[in-house]
Amino acid sequence: MDTDHPLLEVDGVTLRYKTRDHLVTATYRVSFRVFPGDRFVLLGPSGCGKSTLLKAVGGYMAPTEGEIRLKGRPVTQPGPDRMMVFQEFDQLLPWKTVRQNVVFALEASGRLTGKAARERADLYIDKVHLTRFADSYPHTLSGGMKQRVAIARGMAMEPDILLMDEPFAALDALTRRRMQDELLALWEGTRFTVLFVTHSIPEAIKVGARILLLSPHPGEVKAELNSADTPEAALRLESRIQQMLFAEEIPEAAENV
Amino acid sequence: MSSAPLAAPIPVPPAAAPPAPTAPARPPVAARPEIVHELGPARSGAAAPVVEKPLSLFERLYNQSWLRKLVILAVLAGIWEAYGRYLDNDLLFPTFSATVEAFFRGIADGTLPARAWSSLKVLLMGYAAGVALASLLTGLAIATRVGTDVLETLTAMFNPLPAIALLPLALIWFGLGNGSLIFVLVHSVTWAIALNTHSGFLSVSRTLTMVGRNYGLSGPRLIGKILIPAAFPAILTGLKVGWAFAWRTLIAAELVFGVSSGSGGLGWFIFENKNMLDIPNVFAGLLTVILIGLVVENLIFQTLETRTVRRWGMQA
Repeated sequence: MDTDHPLLEVDGVTLRYKTRDHLVTATYRVSFRVFPGDRFVLLGPSGCGKSTLLKAVGGYMAPTEGEIRLKGRPVTQPGPDRMMVFQEFDQLLPWKTVRQNVVFALEASGRLTGKAARERADLYIDKVHLTRFADSYPHTLSGGMKQRVAIARGMAMEPDILLMDEPFAALDALTRRRMQDELLALWEGTRFTVLFVTHSIPEAIKVGARILLLSPHPGEVKAELNSADTPEAALRLESRIQQMLFAEEIPEAAENV
Repeated sequence: MSSAPLAAPIPVPPAAAPPAPTAPARPPVAARPEIVHELGPARSGAAAPVVEKPLSLFERLYNQSWLRKLVILAVLAGIWEAYGRYLDNDLLFPTFSATVEAFFRGIADGTLPARAWSSLKVLLMGYAAGVALASLLTGLAIATRVGTDVLETLTAMFNPLPAIALLPLALIWFGLGNGSLIFVLVHSVTWAIALNTHSGFLSVSRTLTMVGRNYGLSGPRLIGKILIPAAFPAILTGLKVGWAFAWRTLIAAELVFGVSSGSGGLGWFIFENKNMLDIPNVFAGLLTVILIGLVVENLIFQTLETRTVRRWGMQA
C-alpha cells in the first residue's frame, strides 16, 4: 500500500452545525487518512458525528476547523468524484427506471453520454445482479434491491471514493448480511476505495479493513484499528471494541457478551 | 429464570453438602425431534391446490371502475327521464331525451362546438398566462427568501378571493371583452398552481437534492432535472385544481357578459337561451360544460397521471 500518498486526508476536522436553538459540535479535531483500495469504516454510537463527517467529506458542509483533502485538493463542494450511497430508500429518482437512474448519473455529471453510458450502466447493474430489473421503476423494487441500485450507480461513476452512509441500516437482518457479502465480493472484483459509516460493530468488522472508532458528544477519535480476518479474531475484536466504546458507561458490559 | 450458578463458592456449613442447583426442567434435546418437510403435493400433481385462477367474467367487469360509473350514469339518466316525463313541463325541467336532442341539434348546426371553442380559446389563453405567472412567482420564491415571503403573502391574500368577485373591476379596467375574462382567469389559476407547486418543491426529500448535487448539478439544472420531476405530483395537482377553478370561473364570467365581437362562449349561450325560454338548449349548454369538464379532468389529466405519477409510484 502506498503510504506516502493518501487518497483522502481528514486533518483536524471540527464540524459544527446549528439547530433551531443550539450550536452543536458534531466532531472535534478528527483526523484520519484513507488510502487507495481501502475499506475504511467510521464506527461509533449515534451522536458521534460519523454521518456528519461523511457529509463533510461529500462536500455538503464545510468544516469550521481543519481541512479535508481528496488527492491533495481541498474539498469545497459536492462532486461526482465522491459518490454517496445513502441509507434512505428514496435516494433513487422515482421517475427513472433502474437503468435510467444509473445512466442519468453518468450523463448529468458529464462522465459519459449516450451508448457508452448505457453500456457502463448495464455492466454495473449486472454486477449487482439486477439485469432482470433494469427496466423497472424503483417503487417496484424491495429495499435491498434499491440499495443495490444505489451501489451500482455509485460504482458506475467510478469515483475516487465511494461514501456509504449506513446503507444497510434500514434493511432486515438477513438481507443486510447478504448485502455485506455482496459488497465484499464487489470490492474483491474492482478494489474501489470505500468510506463506510455504521453503528454496528459486527458490520464494521465484516465490511471494513480499517476501523476508526469515534466517541460521542462530540465525536472524537478513540482508536484506529485494523479489522480481523478470522472468525475468532473478529469475536475478540468485537468485544475489545465494545469495551472501548462502553467502558466508562457500563464497566461490566464486556462480561455480559 | 432461577439463580444462575455463581462463580464464587458460597460459604456453607461444613456438615451439610451444598444442594445441587435447581435448573429449570428442560426436556433433553433428543425428546423433541426436528421436523423437515418435503414440499410435495402443493407444488405438483393433480392434487395441487389452486394457486392462481382467473376471476369470473362478472367479477372482472365489476372491477372496472369506468363500467361501474357508466352504470351509475345510466341510472341517473333514467331517473331524470322519468321525472321529466312525470312533470311534463319543458319550460321548467326538460326530459333527458329532449336535452340530448337539443344537444345533438346544437352539435349538428355547429352552434355548440363554436361556442365551446370560443370558451376554450379564452380559457387556454388565461390558463397559459396563469401558469406562466405561477412559475415566475414560484421560481422567485425558491430562489430568494423575499420571493418566498411575497408568494406566501400574495397567495394568503388572493387565494380566498373568488375570481368572479374581481369581474366588476376587470370590466372597468379592460372593458367588455376577452381582456377582462383573461384577467379573472389568470387570477383564478395562478394562486392555486403557485401554492401547490411551491409546497411541492418544499417537500422534495433532502436526500434527492443531495443526490442531485452529488452529480454536480446546481442552479437551473438542479431545478430542471431533480426538483421539478420530484415535485411533479404536487405540480400536477396544482394544474388540476387550477383548471377546475378556471373552467368554473369562465362559465360564471360569461354568464355575466360574454359577447365580444359577436360570438360569446358557452356561458353566454346558456344565458341567451334562458332569455329566449329555450330551456332544453339551456340544459344542452350545461351538458356541454359538464362534458368538457369531464373530458379534461378524466381523460387528459387522468392519462397524464397514469403515465407519470402512478407509473413512478409517486402519488401525492
